[in-house]
Amino acid sequence: MGTGTDLGRVRGLGSAKHGSHHWIMQRITAVGNLILVLWFLITLALMPSYDHETMVTWLSSPFVAVPMILLLVSVFWHLRMGLQVLIEDYTDGGTRIFLLMLLNFYAVGGAALGIFAVAKIAFTGAAA
Amino acid sequence: MANSQIGAKARPLSPHLSIWKWGPAMLVSILHRATGDGMAIVGGIVLIWWLYAISAGTEAYATFVSCATSIPGYIVLVGLSWAFFQHMASGLRHFVLDVGAGYELDTNNRWAAFLPFLGLILTGAFWAIIFFGRG
Repeated sequence: MGTGTDLGRVRGLGSAKHGSHHWIMQRITAVGNLILVLWFLITLALMPSYDHETMVTWLSSPFVAVPMILLLVSVFWHLRMGLQVLIEDYTDGGTRIFLLMLLNFYAVGGAALGIFAVAKIAFTGAAA
Repeated sequence: MANSQIGAKARPLSPHLSIWKWGPAMLVSILHRATGDGMAIVGGIVLIWWLYAISAGTEAYATFVSCATSIPGYIVLVGLSWAFFQHMASGLRHFVLDVGAGYELDTNNRWAAFLPFLGLILTGAFWAIIFFGRG
């Protein structure tokens, strides 16, 4: 097991087989974002108006609410990974751990709030 | 931990940003991170605010709309749309580079130099549709 140095403790153990997971998930969510955000922006740009009633009616459709929920999952997953790399590149020690914790709260909390809002619009519909 | 950090900080760093001649690939790489992380924070908050405001009712939505259609609001929204198209363009470049293509110096430089223009063109097209494209 070596002499207790960082290198000595890991030498001979081989790869943890997790090295490419972050990279692959970043690509998968990138493809998801490419499709979903383009759909979102093009649809939004072509909306006849942006008043509240139009928005509620639009988001109440299952073919809008479902892609919007998928968009929230894909976007917040992707941004969690991107900001993680930023934090790991520029901070260390306790600051890094604190910021990574904050990032997880933001990413999971933001996605949950967004999904709840879409679900509420979709389920309560025009009565809102 | 503290000791090893002090030791690490005292070591000379390999010079990086200061010694390289600027090239388009560096600009696109920096823009990719800046637009991505900008959207991750500002874009994420605006998206959630917008959805929450719609779900909360007409009054909350009116507050969102009045903020979004103010001058600072438009600056943020145009900035976010530009960030998306720029990040999308350099992200597509990453997919090409991921399969091992596009590393020849001329090809690499030409595409990298073109992408910032593509980002601006797509942003302009997006806002042109919003303001002029709907009859």
